[in-house]
Amino acid sequence: MHNRITAILALVAGLGLTSPAWAQSDTAIDAAGEADQVSHFTLDNGMDVVVVEDHRAPVVVQMIWYRAGSADEKPGASGVAHFLEHLLFKGTETLAPGEFSATVARNGGSDNAFTSYDYTAYFQRIAADRLELMMRMEADRMVNLQLSEADIATERDVIIEERNQRVENDPGALFREQRNAAQYLNHRYGVPIIGWRHEMEALGLAEALDYYETHYAPNNAILVVAGDVEPDEVRQLAETYYGVIPANPDLPDRARPQEPPQTSARRLVMSDPRVAQPYVTRSYLAPERDPGAQEEAAALTLLAELLGGGITSVMSQKLQFDEKIAVQSGAWYSGTSRDDATLNLSVVPVDGVSLEEAEAAMDRVIAEFLETGVDEAQLARLKTQLRAARIYARDDVGAIANRYGRALAVGLSIEDVQAWPALLDAVTPDQIMQAARKVFDDRTSVTGWLTQTEVSQ
Amino acid sequence: MIRAALVAIGLLAALPARAEVEIQEITTPGGITAWLVEENSNPFVALELRFRGGTSLDTPETLGAVSLMTHTLEEGAGDMDANAFATRSEELAASFSYNVYDDVLSVSAKFLTENRDEAVTHLRESLVNPRFDQDAVDRVRGQMLSIIQSDAKDPNAQAGRALDQLIFGDHPYANSGDGTLETVTALTREDVLAAHKAAIARDRLYVSAVGDITADELSALLDRLLGDLPETGAPLPGRAELNLPGGTHVTPFATPQSVAVFAQPGIDRDHEDFFAAYLLNHILGGGGFESRLMTEVREKRGLTYGVYAYLANKDNADLWAGSVASANDRIAEAIEVIRDQWARVQTEGVTQAELDDAKTYLTGAYPLRFDGNGPIANIAVGMQMDDLPTDYIATRNDKVMAVTLEDVNRVARDYLDPDKLTFVVVGQPDGLMPDTAAN
Repeated sequence: MHNRITAILALVAGLGLTSPAWAQSDTAIDAAGEADQVSHFTLDNGMDVVVVEDHRAPVVVQMIWYRAGSADEKPGASGVAHFLEHLLFKGTETLAPGEFSATVARNGGSDNAFTSYDYTAYFQRIAADRLELMMRMEADRMVNLQLSEADIATERDVIIEERNQRVENDPGALFREQRNAAQYLNHRYGVPIIGWRHEMEALGLAEALDYYETHYAPNNAILVVAGDVEPDEVRQLAETYYGVIPANPDLPDRARPQEPPQTSARRLVMSDPRVAQPYVTRSYLAPERDPGAQEEAAALTLLAELLGGGITSVMSQKLQFDEKIAVQSGAWYSGTSRDDATLNLSVVPVDGVSLEEAEAAMDRVIAEFLETGVDEAQLARLKTQLRAARIYARDDVGAIANRYGRALAVGLSIEDVQAWPALLDAVTPDQIMQAARKVFDDRTSVTGWLTQTEVSQ
Repeated sequence: MIRAALVAIGLLAALPARAEVEIQEITTPGGITAWLVEENSNPFVALELRFRGGTSLDTPETLGAVSLMTHTLEEGAGDMDANAFATRSEELAASFSYNVYDDVLSVSAKFLTENRDEAVTHLRESLVNPRFDQDAVDRVRGQMLSIIQSDAKDPNAQAGRALDQLIFGDHPYANSGDGTLETVTALTREDVLAAHKAAIARDRLYVSAVGDITADELSALLDRLLGDLPETGAPLPGRAELNLPGGTHVTPFATPQSVAVFAQPGIDRDHEDFFAAYLLNHILGGGGFESRLMTEVREKRGLTYGVYAYLANKDNADLWAGSVASANDRIAEAIEVIRDQWARVQTEGVTQAELDDAKTYLTGAYPLRFDGNGPIANIAVGMQMDDLPTDYIATRNDKVMAVTLEDVNRVARDYLDPDKLTFVVVGQPDGLMPDTAAN
């Protein structure tokens, strides 16, 4: 019942405002020979370009990734990165409001955008012979945005309705915000991507333009073009449209406030009458993939899969099959971030089992795992799946584009992306256990109980 | 995201592909028909199986049985219990996905060329020899009950349920495919076995395969995979009678944003006016910012993050449906604007420029759907279920281009029906009374 697992855990996991269309695990890794498909270069103004070739269909995806997300916002203006993402679909000096998307549609394409903690990305999917038009328009709105007060007021209502839809109407999403806020004592990862509601309500033209002028520049962007294109053609077009935009010499250093030592386990309880299914979550601060040093992140990626990646995982076996105390359980880790990531666990107990019992059972599973170590047969199967995933992944050029864009946007290099599959393949049981002993540190943990409000009759 | 990713394109998403997609139709020695697209760039195959019927085959007493059965297929088969089955899937690095909807049970499989035979043997066990062990049934039942309880407190799910119940009366479409707490709790292993015999049979089977496989190889594979399935399953349900009384019906639920879904009678996929209606819908409420509803409700007034309309063509009912969500104090206005646009387009029609733009978009977007083995297999099997020919892909855009402004505006006049446009709202909407037909 793997599909249903997603249904329940979607309540728990949540990936911010990253594109659900391309929700992509770190395990869908590079194909052997993917390097043949991928080329990259840098324009004179500092803009990075990645080309992913796939000539099976006459289709191209253009993505532009800015190395700027919600974690790069100024204090008090949460949500402005995402607000600006919406406003980029308003006009420029040469395009009327709405004309960008209308033009894409009139050319048979579709476009969208997404914002996360570490990046904001815009993309179009269109017939390959329309790439030049897409580049002309995307380059235009990198620097020529024109906003009016009326645009601001209406679009602010839209993002507040978006928050209503994604967060306010969903107790699981409200709870996730609170947990993240508790997890990060100092880093902006503790602030929701979409923004705190009271700060969203105060966002105006000045905040949007300040963010735009600070972060939107060719030397802070990555262009990824994927599909039925030749690298030389992309280079020529990119030089024509993006290459002429001057670099911003004042680009801020991307040093966010970092976490102090975390010395205290935190616990949160949230109740809401709209909760149908109580659950317990636990997150631990965990290192992210670092340029040239991804080994620990690779070990954590496999650790999460072994612990809670599916029906044969340690948590599922103990909690759902042996003890039968859980409807669902899972573990996940995504190391593709600029700063400290988290390793997350969750248990959805069966009727009649309390969250206290579920949490105790989860703790027992971790403790036993630290005692008994990695099941080597399970690890071997996992690596077989990872190798197969590289073959399956070649079928989806958009997903490849997304993976490169995201990695480069958080500060990794092409070499890091291409080294990642071999690093996963090389992880040893000892490295996994070493990573586990380090990451399961109560002092950096946040434990959350989401409960039903008792309704008095 | 600037826009919610729109998953609801429904039927047209099930229409097919770029002109270069070359579909072979094969019939196996065992009598199974399948569509094949050979594509050798990557060493794997995407295989799509469809069994018409789906959760509509549940009896009123066993609501949820087909769903429980479907989700237990991979929880043990042949000499493997649930763990052994999952372990073997991992060893093969094959991916099997079993889903069920109102009208169809689907099996989506991906497997590598290097161990294709073993993967197919494994998949066959789950379809032909599922064990339905009591503990596996109970475990999946627990997950279904959890989902049923969650849906009961999810305004989106509640709105869909309420609209279905209103429209479909005693037709199976009125029920949730997951059943109710009562029926699912009461389901027995015998009910699951009966659902298996009812839903998985060759008389309702559709097959497509895309990837690294020849016609001969596929032919042998399919006879081995599916040859031992029973010849016939349970009778399919008949046509649904639609109850669309108009008005706005409120289900109170304490949450900040109201969710509204709406519907009026639709148009059959085979009807000669279908393409005109499809273009009209795109102009009225298709996915883009440029649609009338998106422009009026979101772009001009900021009343919502998204508003959409779509043609919902089920096997036994055709609806013209849509959805919107707005804060409780703004949903009444959003609904008023939608009703106003609906009536305006019905009486005044759309413009030539709108139609031209819609044609350019829809004909240009069509080839973009065929961008991988999985998507092509999915489209090819959907085409068969819609009774379309293998060369439909090459002719589909011509059908779109042939629609005239007169056609579209005639369809607007004849089919859009503001009096039957029925809204269901879940939330605490200001200015809308619970369970009355306001407006």
